[in-house]
Amino acid sequence: MMLVLFYIAAAVAVTSALLALTLSNATHALIFLIVSLLGMAVIFFLLGAPFAAALEVVIYAGAIMVLFVFVVMMLNLDPEAQAQEQSLLSFKYWWGPGLLSGILLAELLVALNTTHHAVGGDAVLPKTVALSLFGPYMLGVELASMLLLSGLVGAYHLGRDFLVRKGDPSS
Amino acid sequence: MTTVQFVPLEHVLAIAGLLFAIGLFGLMLRRNIIFMLMALEVMLNSAALAFIAAGAYWGHPDGQVMFLFILAIAAAEVSVGLGLVLQMRRQIGSLNMNVASRLRG
Repeated sequence: MMLVLFYIAAAVAVTSALLALTLSNATHALIFLIVSLLGMAVIFFLLGAPFAAALEVVIYAGAIMVLFVFVVMMLNLDPEAQAQEQSLLSFKYWWGPGLLSGILLAELLVALNTTHHAVGGDAVLPKTVALSLFGPYMLGVELASMLLLSGLVGAYHLGRDFLVRKGDPSS
Repeated sequence: MTTVQFVPLEHVLAIAGLLFAIGLFGLMLRRNIIFMLMALEVMLNSAALAFIAAGAYWGHPDGQVMFLFILAIAAAEVSVGLGLVLQMRRQIGSLNMNVASRLRG
């Protein structure tokens, strides 16, 4: 049973990753990339890593992809993009991602109903991960925090001209 | 019992390799910097999948710990990369990497 679920999720993840890197419209490609990350989260869940699956949805498909969507939307502010927005609500633009994420949703419902002993039994639970993370991997956690801090400083420096308004004396 | 006992580890690793290949070819074929960053995300994800699969196979938390580190690296990389995209759009006026091939704009 879980074998079938795994292969369906893998097919969804691979298909949408392929579509994400071959489409020409950046917004549509981003939606497919998000679906690919959701498929990956279902795979993680089926592999017995529920914590990683939750982080994949919350941080990857949530936070990191929102940055992408924000930048893509910010770069297309011309008038013809406005006219294009009108046509975005038509069916042909959302049936693909909708179908693929519908498959993932159905799969998740089936997995939650039939295998919740199987996943809870031998899965690597968040407690184990946390004990390992703040035990032997403490140095790695510190290094990751330094990396994130430098990423924050770098992103602020590079995006400074967009954050400060023109003519502001402090710029 | 976990799925890895049913799904052979080789199949999970094959899917990770397939995703890595998709990301690598996307990185080499596309010239728009946003698509190149997206290809990098796909490649990082395939590496994360390999780590998670190996961690689940031996029942160790180390795979998920590595996944967390990959997540932190991806977040830092994307924030700096998208800042560079904004600067590139501002200074060159294009998102095409071929236009930005010279070090002195």
